[in-house]
Amino acid sequence: MATDKNLFKGFSRREWLKILGGIPIFGAVWTAGFRSNEKALSERNLLLETLNIKASAPPASGPMTGEPLRVGLIGFGIRGEQLMRSLGFATTEWIDDMVKSAAENPDDKRLAEFQAQESLNVKLTAICDIFDVRAEKALKSFDTKENPCKRYKTHLELFNSGEVDAVIIATPDHWHAPMAIAAIEAGLHVYVEKPMTHTIQETYDLREACRKNPDIKFAVGHQHRQTQSFLTAQDAIAKNTLGHVSLVVTATNRNDDNGAWQYDIHPDASTETIDWNAFLGTAPQIPFNAEHFFRWRKWWAYGSGLSGDLLTHDYDRINCVLKMGIPKYITGSGGVYTHRDGRNVPDVMQINMDFPEFSTGTSQTPGKEKGMTLVYSATLGNQFDRGTVLMGHDASMELGNMVTIYADPRSTKYKDLIKENRVDPSVPIYQYDPSANGVDAVTSATAKYFANKGLLWTYRDGKRVDSTFLHLREWMSCIRNGGNPSCGITEGFEEAITAHMGGLSYKIGRRIEWDAENEQIIALPGENLDEILLNNDDVFIS
Amino acid sequence: MDQTSRFTSLQTGSLVLLRLLIGWHFLYEGVIKLYSPSWTAKGYLLSASFMESFFRWMASDAIIPVIDTLNIGALLLVGFSLIIGFKTNWASIIGIGLLLLYYLAHPPFPGYPQGPSEGSYWLVNKNLIEAAALFVIYLFPTQYAFGLAKLFAKQKTVSTNPIN
Repeated sequence: MATDKNLFKGFSRREWLKILGGIPIFGAVWTAGFRSNEKALSERNLLLETLNIKASAPPASGPMTGEPLRVGLIGFGIRGEQLMRSLGFATTEWIDDMVKSAAENPDDKRLAEFQAQESLNVKLTAICDIFDVRAEKALKSFDTKENPCKRYKTHLELFNSGEVDAVIIATPDHWHAPMAIAAIEAGLHVYVEKPMTHTIQETYDLREACRKNPDIKFAVGHQHRQTQSFLTAQDAIAKNTLGHVSLVVTATNRNDDNGAWQYDIHPDASTETIDWNAFLGTAPQIPFNAEHFFRWRKWWAYGSGLSGDLLTHDYDRINCVLKMGIPKYITGSGGVYTHRDGRNVPDVMQINMDFPEFSTGTSQTPGKEKGMTLVYSATLGNQFDRGTVLMGHDASMELGNMVTIYADPRSTKYKDLIKENRVDPSVPIYQYDPSANGVDAVTSATAKYFANKGLLWTYRDGKRVDSTFLHLREWMSCIRNGGNPSCGITEGFEEAITAHMGGLSYKIGRRIEWDAENEQIIALPGENLDEILLNNDDVFIS
Repeated sequence: MDQTSRFTSLQTGSLVLLRLLIGWHFLYEGVIKLYSPSWTAKGYLLSASFMESFFRWMASDAIIPVIDTLNIGALLLVGFSLIIGFKTNWASIIGIGLLLLYYLAHPPFPGYPQGPSEGSYWLVNKNLIEAAALFVIYLFPTQYAFGLAKLFAKQKTVSTNPIN
């Protein structure tokens, strides 16, 4: 104590001020920081409580136990290879590439993610590809002692082989429905790529086949339905966060050859290696054409361009959140503007889908709650990311892997909060980022574009997961444990009819109407809509 | 330096003011981050435009919680020390280290992406200026003129330091 007394002795009041003067400053700054945070947090919590949006993940699909499921694949092209990896089967070539890529770029985790993928307890027993090179490539990697895999020359031989329980169809569009129907009738579960069908009639026929075989688990490849953010978006809609949604805008923007379906033509392609007649099927009978075989998406005879390949994804993403069904009217426009290479499907396309009776609820006086337009706008000549926005009277929602909601400055619901400066329309009132606990490494612009649409991966517990894997897993869980796939025949029917209406409107240049009561697209007297849809002769260049 | 010459009280006062302002800045940043549970330096580190591999390593899942804690701790410590006037030499060095890390992750070098900032910079930005100011604080310690240090080292300050 004596020392202490000495220490404190001899200071004047002025000196004490100099010694301790920092303490009140310290206290003031700390308190200011603490209070500022506390206020921001309580405002935020109040807002979140008011909105009451549940950020929830889709329920996990059931166990993959029991006997291994025997799966057959038809079409080992670009998408077929991707599907096989999601199923747990990667070619040795792909693995070699990934090993090299990971060595060069430690942030490339594709191989590690593939290896860490849960086993789906599947045997890939059968492959059918009418191009020898692809079929042999598949066999070389997948036909092993543990997993005997056989090639079948035709899809019918594969279906009737007795070696498969379920099939994955990843062929050109014009083969989707004929194969799916044949498989269902052979008693096989079916996963078919989008668009579900190539013609209007097939859409009814496939639905009929599913109705007649209710035990068959049928799924359409809209893997974004597994995106974690969509349930959150659904809940936000259910809680009337946006008010009356009058407009939804969604877009495709690509600016590269691959995105414009200019896929590589294999040097070994010839009538020797490709079963050309099998490829053509019911399409116009023309001599062998390697470009048609590899770049089939560019012609109405086999594909359906933007409306079938990409509108379907965007439409289904919105249908998954809003469940608005088939539009009453569709108006389309566009043309072949950028890629004048002989294709006849448009590379710029705008499709307006009108739902005059659809309602997401309202905060306004009754009578202002109905009617919505969904605009799908696409170009293959620019890749500016326009995002997807659901525009309501009270708020706008940006929908991707993240969900971001902004109050509208003229909102009725948030009027008081905006007036009290507790809500700033330029700052999100709600943001849901499922990746918040696990930020991604940088990937390519195209990959990010797809990822944001939920087409590449989504998140579970903050970890990145391949959404195709989850989608296949859901289908397999339905086969094993019961239940219905999230994108089954009902959703597929709505997707396909909408895509076909879009294609028709573009081709005819007229507003196309859906008769919901009779479940028919309205045709003028003498008009054969399927004939028009499949017409491969006209190129619409404005 | 002529050890016998004394600074005027205005000169000393201005150095104290500089020290307090920098301390204020550090402390407030530290407190805001401390009370924001979701705050993390991850985004800042992942978007680094220089010495990327080093900053990415800092941002990796295993390291980032440590980095975040250290960052908040260092901000609070430097702020506390500079305002209270205790061990300001140590605080200045730590502060300079932090500021140089911020500077190097997004340096205003020609040809490097500028990143989000409120002004225009070429080689020199506010982080660098604040680091230089802290170097001045380091070279001209004022804790004996204004600060808790005065309590413990009264005799020493009179004999050796021009600032008193």
